[in-house]
Amino acid sequence: MEETQANSGGADEPIPFMQQLMDNPFLLLFIGVTMPTVFYILWGIMEITAIPIAN
Amino acid sequence: MTINRDFRTCPDTGFKIHLPADKLIKWNAVSGVVFLMIGGLFGIAVALTRWPAVHLLPADWFYLALTAHGLDVLLVWLIFFEVAILYFASSVLLGSRLASPKAAWAGYWLMLIGAVMTNIAVLRGDSSVMFTSYVPMKAAPDFYLGIILFAVGALLACFVFFGTLVIAKQEKTYEGSVPLVTFGATVAAVIAVFTIAAGAIILVPTLLWSVGYISHIDTLMYKVVWWGMGHSSQQINVAAHIAVWYALAAILFGAKPLSEKVSRTAFLLYILFLQLASAHHLLVEPGLSSEYKIFNTSYAIYLAVLASMIHGLTVPGSVEAAQRKKGFNKGLFEWLRKAPWGNPAFSGFALSVVMFGFLGGISGVMMGTEQLNIIIHNTIYVPGHFHATVVTGTTLAFMALAYWLVPTLWQKELVLPGLAKWQPYLFGIGMGLVSVFMMGAGTLGVPRRHWDINFADAVMGYDFPGAAHLMMGLNGMAALMGALGGAIFILNMVGTILWGKPKTKAAEEEAPAPAPEPVVATYGNAGTMAVPGTFTLAMVFLVSFVLYYFVNWKYLAGVWPLS
Amino acid sequence: MSIFPPEQRIWWKEPIERSEILWVVIALVWCLILFFMMPYWHIVGEQNLTNEAYRIKPEAFAKRTEAFAEKYKVREEGDTGIPVVRPPAGSDIYMLGRLWEWWPVLELQKDKTYRLHLSSLDWQHGFSLLPENINIQVHPDYEMVITIKPNRSGEYSVVCNEFCGIGHHTMVGKIYVVDK
Repeated sequence: MEETQANSGGADEPIPFMQQLMDNPFLLLFIGVTMPTVFYILWGIMEITAIPIAN
Repeated sequence: MTINRDFRTCPDTGFKIHLPADKLIKWNAVSGVVFLMIGGLFGIAVALTRWPAVHLLPADWFYLALTAHGLDVLLVWLIFFEVAILYFASSVLLGSRLASPKAAWAGYWLMLIGAVMTNIAVLRGDSSVMFTSYVPMKAAPDFYLGIILFAVGALLACFVFFGTLVIAKQEKTYEGSVPLVTFGATVAAVIAVFTIAAGAIILVPTLLWSVGYISHIDTLMYKVVWWGMGHSSQQINVAAHIAVWYALAAILFGAKPLSEKVSRTAFLLYILFLQLASAHHLLVEPGLSSEYKIFNTSYAIYLAVLASMIHGLTVPGSVEAAQRKKGFNKGLFEWLRKAPWGNPAFSGFALSVVMFGFLGGISGVMMGTEQLNIIIHNTIYVPGHFHATVVTGTTLAFMALAYWLVPTLWQKELVLPGLAKWQPYLFGIGMGLVSVFMMGAGTLGVPRRHWDINFADAVMGYDFPGAAHLMMGLNGMAALMGALGGAIFILNMVGTILWGKPKTKAAEEEAPAPAPEPVVATYGNAGTMAVPGTFTLAMVFLVSFVLYYFVNWKYLAGVWPLS
Repeated sequence: MSIFPPEQRIWWKEPIERSEILWVVIALVWCLILFFMMPYWHIVGEQNLTNEAYRIKPEAFAKRTEAFAEKYKVREEGDTGIPVVRPPAGSDIYMLGRLWEWWPVLELQKDKTYRLHLSSLDWQHGFSLLPENINIQVHPDYEMVITIKPNRSGEYSVVCNEFCGIGHHTMVGKIYVVDK
């Protein structure tokens, strides 16, 4: 592990996945819009449409 | 088409500032402050009406003023200032030209026209529908149209921000990753795009309904989608003001993040989960399942709360590390005692961190709990909570930034430096007390958005306990104190811009905020200072959080069984 | 500094100081507690909102409420003309919100269970039962059914706490809870 740390910042070491993710604003935009759209809005609308009619 | 590549170098900071960006930042920030003033005046009228002994406005004017207050401060002031922050964090911090100043100006004018249009609709008196405008209560078409135009303008600003990130990367104005502050601003912009999309999805049909082209809007659907905008717009504030906290820590102390990895991961958690909390407003609605409520209201297992608690440690922690590096090493808190408490940029920042966490954060998590919301929903506790988050948290942080930004951008001295020293305390503590008294009254059941809790005109009434009336009175007094602080801020900003003396070299040393100088040299805090003081404060926070949370479960356990 | 790009090209691998990790762990544990309190209360707690709800036209709900009020009316509330309704324990009971009243007045028995149906005939209203401080949102076109068990006798007020126009602050209803 010591060695990796000493190397970090070296010009040839590949950028870790998580750092690449956070360096990509459009990927972040995609995630940030999709998550609440699916879990909050779409799920919510599905629940509302599933409310039964009073008999 | 030629691209404007004119830059000036900031004499205080050495930043290269793109001239069109400079002008846009100034215009957006100033417009924000103007709407803060207008919204603040409506706020005073609202607080004085709810002070039972004063009861200033008649009912129709009260509901009108409350609608205008909510719109002007909650939406217009904050978004205008946030657009300024977005341009600052992209163009200035990355030393890049701003993408398409033309689009940015189009955005600015759309926002301004929209804001004015909605204000006129409200002032006309036929659109007193509150900020939330819940259907089937109907406002005039221009009320919705104004908000839509404002939102489209804000969306253009977000695109300009993202475009600037692309240009800066292409033109290699910086190396590696963007600064943490710019990353925080990116998070704010991401949330803003979702916010505006949700707003368009619901407000465009509502506009058509108001004109008469659509006959019916489902009240539950409206509420779900509307809060996708209404709550998320406040999450833009959270991301933006935390970015501002990091910026101020860097500007005032030369602080660097304790760990880039931790702070950025915390921001990433915001992107993933923060906006789910729109469900906070749906916890006592018919028809939504507990699974939906629990998952969304908890930001999926409270991961966004985790993120906020991380920022709550790392922001003051970065200040502590920087101060200790400077030699303020005695005991747990010398670093804090020796901080520049007379500098409004610091005191505003410090009060913002503390009150956002202790008042806004704890109350927000408590009332966002599925069952606990039953004893809170729509009581005046709710505005109590969001005055802590949006006023003492966001607005105070933005004010603190303005004390640095305005003299730096305009290269002018503050006109009233003596009053400015007291301003964050007056405003912060005044508005903090407003929050506390509203929360107190809310636990006694006092409703929000209510003209007369004496029920003088009602067929049947309810006698609120004396403590409720007392707290509404104290709320009015605290609001006056906060308003005084707000007035001093606006006077200082407007005065500085219009009549401030140009900065001289000598004056620079006494300027409220010193130019940034990096004090912590290496990254990764394992090799640098531990932050025992901040850790102690964080534990105090946690204990308060735990106690307050469970006290409210005890209250809940005492009410009628429901199932 | 936070306003400059990270100094190291790769910051993802930088080591994290112990107190920071400790705080993240503590905060995560607390977040898990916060989360599990909600399902836990569904199991052991007595105050949980039902998910029972139906779509219903305002006219239909008004009709049901009127039939209910007529059937169990015992007197009128003072000189207001509003019926006071005393339904049998365990039954379905109705209260509607409209501009600007909660109708009818209910008289319930202590420690008995009722199925309370709530809906609005026009705009949204806020059912705020005081001094208990139980707050429920009431929508038009939707009917929410909540099982309630009043556990203290006395006179309760239902204040509207969702803004519903110029008469909003006059919208108050009543529930009596009697010992038997």
